[in-house]
Amino acid sequence: MPRITLEEVEYVAQLARLELTEAEKRTLTEQLGRILDYIAKLNELNTDAVEPTSHVLPIRNIFREDEARDPMPREEALRLAPARHDGYYEVPRVIE
Amino acid sequence: MEFEVVIGLEIHAELKTRGKLFTWTANEFGGEPNTRIDVITLGMPGVLPVLNRKAVDYTLAAGLAMNCKINRYSRFDRKHYFYPDLPKGYQISQKDYPLCYDGWIEFDVNGEVRRCRINRIHLEEDAGKSIHAEGRDDVTWVDFNRCGVPLIEIVSEPDLRSPEEAIAYWRAVKEILEYLDVSDCNMEEGSFRCDANISLRPRGSQEFGIRTELKNMNSFRFVQQALEYEVKRQAEILRSGGQVVQETRLFDVERGVTRGMRGKEEASDYRYFPEPDLVPIEIDEEWIERIRRSLPELPRAKRLRFMEQYGLPEQDVIVLTGTRALADYYEAVAQSCGDPKAAANWVMGDLIGFLREAGRSIEDSPVGPEALAEMIRMIQDGTISGRIAKEVLEQMVATGKSATQIVEEKGLRQISDVTQIEAWIDQVIAENPAQVEQYRSGKTKVLGYFVGQVMRLSRGKANPQQVNALLRKKLDQQ
Repeated sequence: MPRITLEEVEYVAQLARLELTEAEKRTLTEQLGRILDYIAKLNELNTDAVEPTSHVLPIRNIFREDEARDPMPREEALRLAPARHDGYYEVPRVIE
Repeated sequence: MEFEVVIGLEIHAELKTRGKLFTWTANEFGGEPNTRIDVITLGMPGVLPVLNRKAVDYTLAAGLAMNCKINRYSRFDRKHYFYPDLPKGYQISQKDYPLCYDGWIEFDVNGEVRRCRINRIHLEEDAGKSIHAEGRDDVTWVDFNRCGVPLIEIVSEPDLRSPEEAIAYWRAVKEILEYLDVSDCNMEEGSFRCDANISLRPRGSQEFGIRTELKNMNSFRFVQQALEYEVKRQAEILRSGGQVVQETRLFDVERGVTRGMRGKEEASDYRYFPEPDLVPIEIDEEWIERIRRSLPELPRAKRLRFMEQYGLPEQDVIVLTGTRALADYYEAVAQSCGDPKAAANWVMGDLIGFLREAGRSIEDSPVGPEALAEMIRMIQDGTISGRIAKEVLEQMVATGKSATQIVEEKGLRQISDVTQIEAWIDQVIAENPAQVEQYRSGKTKVLGYFVGQVMRLSRGKANPQQVNALLRKKLDQQ
């Protein structure tokens, strides 16, 4: 039983908005399968007494105080945009 | 078949912090597009979000006010989806460990107390705004000013049993957040909006029916209309033996109908995982207690107390507790003048009316509570009549001067001098022989006419009770 099917690769690609050729799909199915196999080695360990890790550093409660400082100059931000209009970013139409 | 309506609401409220949730840029409504942005708002590579402590305080306040439990360990998760108003490709939200959970609020519907349980309150960032490009069908414009603004989502249990009840609950939540001063709840600006889940089931059934979700509504009226439409639509489907399709629907304001959203057929797969860029939050007893102590008296408790303590009817109390500022104002007037009923009448009636005309709110009223109390005391001690007081109050609102000042300057002091009043009465009697005749032949209703004439001669300053008494005496004498 493979770790990941071609259909799952297609689904994940679609979620990530990736367009893959048939050849790429096959390659990725094989490569992702190997990666998952490798990770699956962890299942051999008994982790019953280990708490799930969401963060590797034992740090809690890092905050910023509530204040408002100067924003980034708009020009600097929009300069990077492929398209703009009147201070807005312009993107391909969104279907509402 | 009789159906029972089942509604649950997901309410979104933007928090009124100074800065955004994970960065320092100002959290303000509007402004020129893309002028409240920075590298974190835009999700530039390599930047790190840092949590605004105030936003956590505000969320805890909302949770405690709505009787929630507080998670001692809380954290953020990434919710992935692609949309142009979400620059990072994910929204930082909370999935498994929301700050608050398991709460409830009570509210009134047609004089009956209802309770709605709250499943959770979590903290997340708002998205930017996509704007329809005028005159262009091929593009959309995006403004990131709102992106990253702190937003709480208050998720109710499906405890609401009619559109009316859902609206009452929604109003109650809004009022609580306003009292806490944690959100503007400005529905027009979109800082207070809701999604509704609605389904029907045969009355008596324990299972839930198939639900539809109504998205992003920001008006009480529209939510009510949309829910009422859904009740009708789903009932028709079920009665004719059909099945409701589980889907997201949008309310078409112009046609008053809901419509299934096109192009969203695929089930969402948000691929949540713990946000690695933010460390978890640990909340201790001390923090919770600090927030608990800072909570103001909440609207419903205040209403019950006002009725009890000041002996006011419910309708008046609902008006007076409409906002915390108004309630505080009223209470200061009532305590200072010692007459809660008079205070209620003056605040609700003339003061609010004059303020509205002047385009002012109670918060920036030129007449402070002590100034209004002083005016009411002048009526109590007979210095001015109630009628004159109206005029005085209008002047107070217009000029910001005190009642004493206006009464002195305009010579509005009430005249209770018997000799003076009698002189006016004599004049009126002498000038109106026909009416005197009527009165004496038994048509005592004309007394009002005489009172009016005397008041006119006195330019409203004669003490009306005295005028009345003295007139009767004179007219009944002969």
